[in-house]
Amino acid sequence: MNSEALDVALTVSMLLHAKPMDEVHVMRKVVIDGSNTTGFQRTAVVALNGSITVDGVEVPIEQVTLEEDSGRKTGDTKTSIIFRLDRLGVPLIEVSTGPIIHDPEQAGKVAFAIGRILRATKKVKRGLGSIRQDLNVSIKNGALIEVKGVQELELVSKAVGYEVQRQLALLEIRDELRQRNVKASDIKEEFVDVTDILSGSESKIVQSALNQGGVAFAVKLPSFKGLLRRELIPNVRLGTEMAKRAVFWGRVGGIFHSDELPAYEIDSNQLEEVAKKLGCEDLDGFVVVADSLDNSKDGLRAVVERAREAVERIPEETRAANPDGTTVYLRPRPGAARMYPETDVPPVQIGQYRLERLWENLPRMPEELAKELGTKHSLSPKLATQLVDSDYLHVFEQIVAGAKQVAPSFVATILTESLRSLQREQVPVENVQEDQLKQAFDLVSKGATAKESVLDVLKWLAFHPDGVAEEAVDMLNLRMLTKSDLENIISKVVESNQTLVQENGSKALGRIMNLVMGEVRGRADPRQVTELLRTRLEQVKA
Amino acid sequence: MTVPVLEGYHGKVLQRLRKSKAKVGSIIRLTSKSGEVFEGTLIPRSEYSDHTHIVLKMKNGYNIGISLDRTEKLEVIGEGEKPHFTKPAPPPSHVGLPKLAIVSTGGTIASRVDYRTGAVQPALTAADLASVVPELSSIAEIDAHILFSEYSENIGPTHWKGMAEEAAKRIADGADGVVISHGTDTLHYTAAALSFALANLPVPVLLVGAQRSSDRPSSDAASNLTGAVALASRADLAIVGVAMHQDLSDHIIVAHRGTRVRKCHTSRRDAFKSINSNPLASYDLKTGHIELTNGTAKRDKSRKPVLKSRFDQHAYLIKFYPGMNPGIIDSAVSAGARGIVLEGTGLGHVSGHLFDSVKKALKQEVSVFMTSQTIWGRVDMNVYNTGRDLLNLGVTPLEDMIAETAIVKLMWVAAQTRSAGKIREMMLQPIAGEITSRTLVEAF
Repeated sequence: MNSEALDVALTVSMLLHAKPMDEVHVMRKVVIDGSNTTGFQRTAVVALNGSITVDGVEVPIEQVTLEEDSGRKTGDTKTSIIFRLDRLGVPLIEVSTGPIIHDPEQAGKVAFAIGRILRATKKVKRGLGSIRQDLNVSIKNGALIEVKGVQELELVSKAVGYEVQRQLALLEIRDELRQRNVKASDIKEEFVDVTDILSGSESKIVQSALNQGGVAFAVKLPSFKGLLRRELIPNVRLGTEMAKRAVFWGRVGGIFHSDELPAYEIDSNQLEEVAKKLGCEDLDGFVVVADSLDNSKDGLRAVVERAREAVERIPEETRAANPDGTTVYLRPRPGAARMYPETDVPPVQIGQYRLERLWENLPRMPEELAKELGTKHSLSPKLATQLVDSDYLHVFEQIVAGAKQVAPSFVATILTESLRSLQREQVPVENVQEDQLKQAFDLVSKGATAKESVLDVLKWLAFHPDGVAEEAVDMLNLRMLTKSDLENIISKVVESNQTLVQENGSKALGRIMNLVMGEVRGRADPRQVTELLRTRLEQVKA
Repeated sequence: MTVPVLEGYHGKVLQRLRKSKAKVGSIIRLTSKSGEVFEGTLIPRSEYSDHTHIVLKMKNGYNIGISLDRTEKLEVIGEGEKPHFTKPAPPPSHVGLPKLAIVSTGGTIASRVDYRTGAVQPALTAADLASVVPELSSIAEIDAHILFSEYSENIGPTHWKGMAEEAAKRIADGADGVVISHGTDTLHYTAAALSFALANLPVPVLLVGAQRSSDRPSSDAASNLTGAVALASRADLAIVGVAMHQDLSDHIIVAHRGTRVRKCHTSRRDAFKSINSNPLASYDLKTGHIELTNGTAKRDKSRKPVLKSRFDQHAYLIKFYPGMNPGIIDSAVSAGARGIVLEGTGLGHVSGHLFDSVKKALKQEVSVFMTSQTIWGRVDMNVYNTGRDLLNLGVTPLEDMIAETAIVKLMWVAAQTRSAGKIREMMLQPIAGEITSRTLVEAF
């Protein structure tokens, strides 16, 4: 086990007031979606029973684990999933809170607080996807649902909110089904071949299945009419949930359900014939799957199971978060049975000496850090806090150490407020590398460009990630003019405004100054311009 | 395999656990001196662990280790569910399937994990095998049994003899093919040994192993076994071979000739490569299609195997390296070597400072053979002076024979004749496809 990773995990545990284990045992957690090439993810409990205080409320931290990250899914086809392996095996710290977070907003705040602690170590990676929140959401009479892959903090409360909404909607459906007197046992695994009926359909899905020697099968869902299209959360209907299950278990491309038909090139005649063949009555619904015989049957079996659950309870699931906070079915929730010991890695004993060493070197917490930063660099408390919470604390310190002629408060403002406003204007500021930031401020410090130009330089770099700051300055024509350049420009302006100068004498200074500045703004220090212009005008007078 | 009551615990911890009447599998509550409470199932400890920690499996599946020094109270609060395994009913015997013998010699080609303790238990009977690799029962009628259970690095000439005899017996009993499961590290030495020991085979004898043990989802155990069973029972072959993954995917299992194969990677599933030749046959795990890729002896059940399973261990394989002490060769000679295989550089060279020792060996009727440490390719000692000098001394180049096969063959040949001249003659005579006069360009 990587010793530095374990140190970081132990440090985080201490900051979360969790008690480190005497001996850390690495487990294999079976993950067979392909995201781990070994088929398991190695994970170990590092500490238990901590707590943090968020907004005056104590939040228990049940467990801190050190894991290896898995491959990142980048795409899929019907029969394969594509993963990038660049993240595989990277140490990952998982912090699990107790089930005490009561509302979505609190969830967001707790996640933020934990994120701050992680970042205080300066050892965790920053940026989208490097801190992910898995949410466990349950409501009264509902089920424990694990939502994976919430990448942005802002989304935590939204995702929790949607999950609560989804579970409430499912409970409503359950009650309605019960009112319609449906029992789980009424939903039967009786799959009816409807290939004949649908073979005339122009539906691409049906045709492609049949062309490959597949079939179309249907199953009746008694008293489900109208409920399949019931929206649980935006774009997720009960029918969608069934479809995802069928895709997972049956490897099918999708399903057709009666609430969405006629559509997809299946007309009302065919719809009626299928219903008739299934023996559907008024309130009954049905689902059709077109694929190979095996896949169709597996798919419909999954649909039946989901339908039975709709009558009985909300099923425990692992769901994946969409960028808008809604979720889709990912896989069933695994239990403790998928864990077994990793025999290739011997248990690691956490000695007293190690704990003492880490304890003595505990990083300072953000509040403390902000205070210290404020005093050291004369930053306002607000600016210092923003900086500590930003991605740029580390580079800030490097910049102010190098660019001595630039005020730290100016650097801090650019790195926090200004970059954020660029981001709001859709400028991809995350493209700007630390080196490029340093270059930009160094140029200001050296007097190669005006400080007013920094933001333009950074903006240019955001769109030219391979460029350097010098290049940006030249491309944007922001290089400071030399004294002789300035004198030339001033001479030219003075000459072309001879009349103005002769008529007004030294009083022309203000107006000429405006004209010159119009040409050199951002590339010259106004004080220097005034001085040179005054000298020049005096020469003219003489 | 039964788990001892307190497996792996010793010293103070063992005493404390005994006093509390705890057993592996008991549900335990530990209260620490600072008042923390840990609950979980008592898990066996690994054999080299210290005697100051107790391992618990928590309800969520994680194991944790708690120091005895920190423990105030240790109580057994329940008995865990006893691990149980109900053997599935023997697979339905399909009429007309080929008969196949599986002989197990060790390695975890097939095993199941006890998810409670994480122990890996070998599945060795036909019924066990069918339960972990159910595909097998539709390919062949399987008769499985254990010959011995050894790590492959402990396997040697006595085991080769045992395996050869067992295979011959199975064939005499009417098997349409024999599969021998074997640890992978020395699998290719055994394959070479059996290739020489079993002549005139009527049916194939395929060795199979797994690069990843079957407690890992990435295991190749089941797929290799399936491929080996299919090829041994159905492919039109009658040689000793090695059946393993062709590449990284669970797609094709190839059979390599036993004298032409070598483990070339520590951990990849396609670690086994045919050297200076191409695999003999392949099995497509998806379609069940068998393809023969090279002309070789066809199966013919009227043939009777000829068993020559003695090996003489007075044979040495010495790898040359710059700065090598020539005394290594002298020691082999004084230890009673009857032949030495040198693994030389490139086309078959060793440094001039070894010449005296080589000369001495040859003078004492110890045959000296040359192979190459480049693994692939053929030795040719007529190209450079050093090679010609060595030839002149009387070193025998072994063409395109690989070093591992050469040493096994030397042991086998040495068991059959005392004459150095005869040893040299037999070493150059092709017996099981180990040496050829022509190497194809595709064979690299």
